[in-house]
Amino acid sequence: MSWLTRGLMALASLIMIGIYFQPLWKIKLYAPQYPDGLGMIIWVNKITGQKKHDLMNINLLNHYVGMKKIDPDSIPELKILPIIFGFMILFGLVVAATGNTKLLYTWVVLIIIIGIASLVDFWWWEYTYGHNLDPHAPIKIPGMAYQPPMFGCKNLLNFRACAYPATGTYLLALSGTLGVISAAIEFFRRRKQK
Amino acid sequence: MKARAKLALFTAVAAGLVFMPSQAQSPAEKVYVPHGKYDEFYAFLSGGFDGQVNVYGLPSGRHLKTIPVFSAYPMNGYGYSEETKAMLMTSHGWIPWGDSHHPELSQTNGVPDGRWLFINENNTPRVARIDLRTFETVEILEIPFSGGNHASTFVTPNTEYITAATRFSVPVPQKDVPIAEYKKYFKGTLTFVRADKPGKMDIAFQILVPGYDYDLAHCGKGPSFGWCFFTSYNTEQAHTLLEINASMKDKDYIAAVNWKRAEECIRDGKYKEVKTKYAHNYRPEDTRIARTEWKTKVKWIIPKECPGVIYYLPTPKSPHGVDVTPDGKYIIGGGKLATVIPIHSFEKMINAIKNKQFAGEVDGIPILKYDAITHCELPNPCLGPLHTEFDGKGRAYTSCFISSDVVIYDYKACKVLDRVPTYYSVGHLMIPGGDSAKPWGKYLLPMNKITKDLFLPTGPELPHAAQLYDISGSKPQFLLDMTELGEPHYAQGIPAEILMEKSLKIFELEENKHPYATKAEEETKVVRKGNEVHIYMTAIRSHFTPDNIEGVKVGDTVYFHVTNIEQDWDIPHGFAILGARTANLLIMPGETLTLKWEPKEPGVYPFYCTDFCSALHQEMQGYIRVSPKGSNVPIKYGTGDEMHVVK
Repeated sequence: MSWLTRGLMALASLIMIGIYFQPLWKIKLYAPQYPDGLGMIIWVNKITGQKKHDLMNINLLNHYVGMKKIDPDSIPELKILPIIFGFMILFGLVVAATGNTKLLYTWVVLIIIIGIASLVDFWWWEYTYGHNLDPHAPIKIPGMAYQPPMFGCKNLLNFRACAYPATGTYLLALSGTLGVISAAIEFFRRRKQK
Repeated sequence: MKARAKLALFTAVAAGLVFMPSQAQSPAEKVYVPHGKYDEFYAFLSGGFDGQVNVYGLPSGRHLKTIPVFSAYPMNGYGYSEETKAMLMTSHGWIPWGDSHHPELSQTNGVPDGRWLFINENNTPRVARIDLRTFETVEILEIPFSGGNHASTFVTPNTEYITAATRFSVPVPQKDVPIAEYKKYFKGTLTFVRADKPGKMDIAFQILVPGYDYDLAHCGKGPSFGWCFFTSYNTEQAHTLLEINASMKDKDYIAAVNWKRAEECIRDGKYKEVKTKYAHNYRPEDTRIARTEWKTKVKWIIPKECPGVIYYLPTPKSPHGVDVTPDGKYIIGGGKLATVIPIHSFEKMINAIKNKQFAGEVDGIPILKYDAITHCELPNPCLGPLHTEFDGKGRAYTSCFISSDVVIYDYKACKVLDRVPTYYSVGHLMIPGGDSAKPWGKYLLPMNKITKDLFLPTGPELPHAAQLYDISGSKPQFLLDMTELGEPHYAQGIPAEILMEKSLKIFELEENKHPYATKAEEETKVVRKGNEVHIYMTAIRSHFTPDNIEGVKVGDTVYFHVTNIEQDWDIPHGFAILGARTANLLIMPGETLTLKWEPKEPGVYPFYCTDFCSALHQEMQGYIRVSPKGSNVPIKYGTGDEMHVVK
């Protein structure tokens, strides 16, 4: 590996540290009686409300239609993901330190798998959250499910729900892209050498 | 010639553009606050005989809130709940009614700062503090040795003190004497209440004065900082048929009190400590449970023993209002029976004191010579001048009861500029900040005593009315007729942005220090202590926990300690139970309130949420079972499937 790609990998690893400080996803809910909106923020290790009591108030509203309470302690991903990304940061730094190309390729393949798996997992969580309804819910609307969107907005009864990736996800994408670029540079440099 | 015509045209257009903005909008447009926009000012109007403060938005004239102060308020349980009933305690016992008069905003450097609103009670002499983050009454102090607290609650420029003074002189201290011996026994008191620390309101000192009727007050600022002025009438000292007997003299007095001098006398021990008993009721922020503290003494300053503390300024005739100009240089008396408006000069007053230009003395109080202190007498103002406010642009606005108008004049030049009508018989008037060092002189609100044919008739009893004027232009523009609640005696106004930011949305549940607070449904319980039953209850959309309660017996006193565990703005829950002989509770998010209930007959009684809180509000209800005296039904409670039995 060249100094350039080793540098890029070091950078990619360091950027990834940012996901411990920046949210991954934001879901916002708007309704006439919530002019400021209610916000739910997904981090690598926690789910918080945008304002102090938003999460409590979202849970409170969701109980009318029988959606499960969001309890960050009962979501295993929030415990696993920080470890996985911690491993990837260390792994990336090892790649940069050793300059081993095979390790670089492994890192890139892993980060792509992790990225796709996380998105699929997130979608599945949203699906379950929106479809797994208490049969004793006071408000039941035939055919209605409350799966929040992943990208963009949709109407859920009186609420308009909007979801977008946040800074942490962009940092991850940037980190992964730097890895892919490093791998590509190394791949073409090798081919040239042969 | 052509150039001249162009210049003339240009000038005309320019003049038009300058003049237009103030008159361009119709009154309807000026008072219309479109959806999504807010009023520019909060206005706090006293409720008079309703004992409360009513909050309005200006210029729309919308009634926003009634703040219960001296009268119980069943709507939210003020005065009835265990947390608020002590607010209405006095040395005469618990009193559910008061006569609220003069609201005054706290000030910093003579400018309203939006921390607190003070207001006095005339009938059972008291003063109150309202916290403007919650718009709730948090403190009430009784005033001893007073027979009607009227010249109150006028504030000193940094809220050091608020004033209180007796309108009806009485025997001081009270005793059984023939009324005809008024002159011998009756006295007045001018009281200064320390006001800058919540929870620490106390009487700093009382000045013992001759037995006149002390009517209104205002404190000096700028050059007149350190002084407060009180009007008096009935210097004739009549005790019957005052309308004739107290209107004999051409001049009564404005009492000028040097409170800085009074502080010196207190410091030097030139006071007399007297024993008495008066209530201090305070509702602290953490527990929100009001408690009564009984105070037992006050400090009296006798003018003879503290020279320089008080002077009398002769003022025509039976003056009502006394108002100090924003620059602090002039003192305007509302001589309600006078044919002129007397304007005193503070500078001349100080010189007259220095040069001992005295016309006499009463009880050790020097009377200054009228000619030595007067700046001018505003000629032919109107009939029955009462109160004066200022717009900060050199103009004074005096309300005139008899002629039903407001006279506008240049107080320095002593010249009438304009007058506007009121409907009818105006009493007080208000300009936001109009009695402070920095008025926001955009609106004028005269408040009237008589309404007659102004609104749809509602039988013999009619609402009082106010008129809103735009005074930002060169001519006042009539905008709006407003209905009022009770009878406003004075009002205060402040720009909305000063209060909006500070207004609390919820009480943080985690900061709730109420001893009976229940912060989670898992912590709810029912505890028997002898024949008291304490129910630790929570309310959240849309159920109470517990909502089924058994084991209560006839003869028990049941306390429902209900905590609203919501943490969302504008989601109060109510609580009412069949047969409660008090009121309902209106519990704000994060708050705990307690309703006392004494069931008289066995049976099952429903309770429910009174404030429509959600789509399932009608379902927010529960039952409590009452068994006969001596029965052994165990205490059992819960919500849903899980019932707890206390053995």
